[in-house]
Amino acid sequence: MSLLELKDISKIYGNLHALDHVNLTVDQGEWIAIMGPSGSGKSTMMNIISCMDKPTTGQVIFDGRDITKDSRRKLTEFHRDKIGLVFQQFHLINYLNAVENVMVAQYYHSMPDEKEALEALERVGLKDRAKHLPSQLSGGEQQRVCIARALINSPSLILADEPTGNLDEANENIVLDLFRQLHKEGTSLIVVTHDPEVGEVAQRIVRLEHGKIASDKKNEQFAE
Amino acid sequence: MFFRMITGAFRRQWKKMLMIAMTVALGASIATAMLNVMLSVGDKINEELKAYGSNITVVPRSEAVISHLYDVDETEEQAEYLPEETLGEFLTIFWANNIVDFTPLLDTPATVNGQEVPVVGAWFDHHLAFVKKGTTYERNTGIINLRSWWDITDGTWLDEAKLKGDRYAMVGQKLAATLSLKAGDTFTVATDHGTETLTVTGIFESGDDEEGMLFTTLSTAQRLTGAEGQYKKAEVSAITSPDDELAVKAAKNPDLLTGDEYDLWYCTAYVSSICFQIQEAIPQASASAVRQIADSEGKILEKTELLMALITLMSLIGATLGISNLVTSGVMERSAELALMKAVGAKNGQITRLILTEIILTALVGAAVGYFMGYAFAQIIGQRVFSSSIEMSGMVAFLVTILVIAVTLVGSLPAVRMILRLRPSEVLHGGH
Ligand SMILES: Nc1ncnc2c1ncn2[C@@H]1O[C@H](COP(=O)(O)OP(=O)(O)O)[C@@H](O)[C@H]1O
Ligand SMILES: [Mg+2]
Repeated sequence: MSLLELKDISKIYGNLHALDHVNLTVDQGEWIAIMGPSGSGKSTMMNIISCMDKPTTGQVIFDGRDITKDSRRKLTEFHRDKIGLVFQQFHLINYLNAVENVMVAQYYHSMPDEKEALEALERVGLKDRAKHLPSQLSGGEQQRVCIARALINSPSLILADEPTGNLDEANENIVLDLFRQLHKEGTSLIVVTHDPEVGEVAQRIVRLEHGKIASDKKNEQFAE
Repeated sequence: MFFRMITGAFRRQWKKMLMIAMTVALGASIATAMLNVMLSVGDKINEELKAYGSNITVVPRSEAVISHLYDVDETEEQAEYLPEETLGEFLTIFWANNIVDFTPLLDTPATVNGQEVPVVGAWFDHHLAFVKKGTTYERNTGIINLRSWWDITDGTWLDEAKLKGDRYAMVGQKLAATLSLKAGDTFTVATDHGTETLTVTGIFESGDDEEGMLFTTLSTAQRLTGAEGQYKKAEVSAITSPDDELAVKAAKNPDLLTGDEYDLWYCTAYVSSICFQIQEAIPQASASAVRQIADSEGKILEKTELLMALITLMSLIGATLGISNLVTSGVMERSAELALMKAVGAKNGQITRLILTEIILTALVGAAVGYFMGYAFAQIIGQRVFSSSIEMSGMVAFLVTILVIAVTLVGSLPAVRMILRLRPSEVLHGGH
């Protein structure tokens, strides 16, 4: 069954078509890379999928439900339950330590639970860094905290926008290993990147150009 | 978690929070000082103004009628007296407690060493005991308090209780100079009714005509005028409420008031109702307000209160603007963090609550500091301006707390609007 369906989505800023009649179906458990040059509409698409922005026209069907017509408040709730976000700039709260940063997501979802938050950190291999502030963590470690935060509420989909954009190669590999592991566990992943190395490890690669899908194909090199 | 986020934000933005607290403290201190002074200023100003003399004079009725009808000069009036016993009646009226001081006066021209000298008999610090219907009313009263601005340049006040007999005088500085008198000197004063040998207890400087006069005890003046047991005029200093429409209406003619109006008027310490009550108690007397002073008291009071209210308002507006500035820039600095909270599912209400809790906690700390600063301000104002301490009222503490919260909330409105408008997509993905 498909997890997410974009039906004829357009996003228009003035006379700029950031997304131009895009159709895309994502299945449960799929790992998709969205690639394309800068300005091709990747982030715009992410924002629409993550309910942080509304399309100008078209429908977003998530879990069989048309969410385009929901109110902002409903969207917030929906997004909170279904989607975990990972950002290029990490966006950790710098006065909270690693485990507290994970707990913020719990707090706004339901109830903070330190034990669960620590388990999430353990999954990304950072249990011993739980009490460190973001400034005391390396970039790779910060991104792993972000992934733990994205995971904590067991979302059906993890959306990552340039997750390795600010990382060196070693840390990039650690993050990609984590994605592989999440994929094995059945989490759906959409990773936006313009880095071919990051794109090439995904199951399916969608290319955007000028707001249109230029190509959409299975990745032959993908290793289960 | 909420707590942890708040303490974290405090630690991170402590400079801004300190500025907010200081802004609030400043506003709160001014509000506290002004409101407290305003609350106790009515009495303070009255006490202050009392120093400028009496506000009611009491004269025999016939004399009042003559001077009103024919507008005759005081010297041409036929001498008319009031019996000394009537002075005790001041202690029996409804507003007796508002009568702070009073003294009988009895003046007569006399000669000292062949020189014309105006002599005034008065009570200085007279112990009055008055019995009416089995109740004893007691009071120490006299011109010591009614002339509190007199500066004794030589000797002491005439102390009726300590001195033996009543043959004493206080001499105005100008007169003392022409007569070459100093404290402790004795001299003889003469009228048609006899002569008295008096001892000077003190020389005073008053800055007005009284510097050319000689003050002696009432009983001595009575012998010099041949008006035993009598006085010409009484000066009364009373704490009064400022005149309003009702007072003006009543002053024209109390009989025109409706029953309720009459009751309200009678039971308010207007200068007119106090005069009315004095006349009720002493039918042969006419009591009238010394207009300029009584009116200016009320006006100064109103103006001072208006000024203080304005200062309070301005300081609160200033605090609101300051807070608005600080909170808005604080939220701007934290927009990425707040957008992230939205991105992990925080609702607008939750973020607003977080920010407002931080700000209000900070503001309350500022308010507490401001309250104590305001206490100090109030005392300084009290001492400098009114020469007395200002009582701090619990009502003001409560009011200031409410005002601070209101100011903080209003000041935070622009920031709250910003929070509502904050789009996580723009902030988080912006720039790439
Ligand atoms: N809020 C916005 N207002 C106007 N134009 C925008 C806005 N957001 C994105 N765009 C434009 O839409 C196009 C697609 O942007 P984006 O989705 O961020 O591209 P990418 O992430 O692929 O670099 C760009 O030309 C960008 O300038
Ligand atoms: Mg982008």
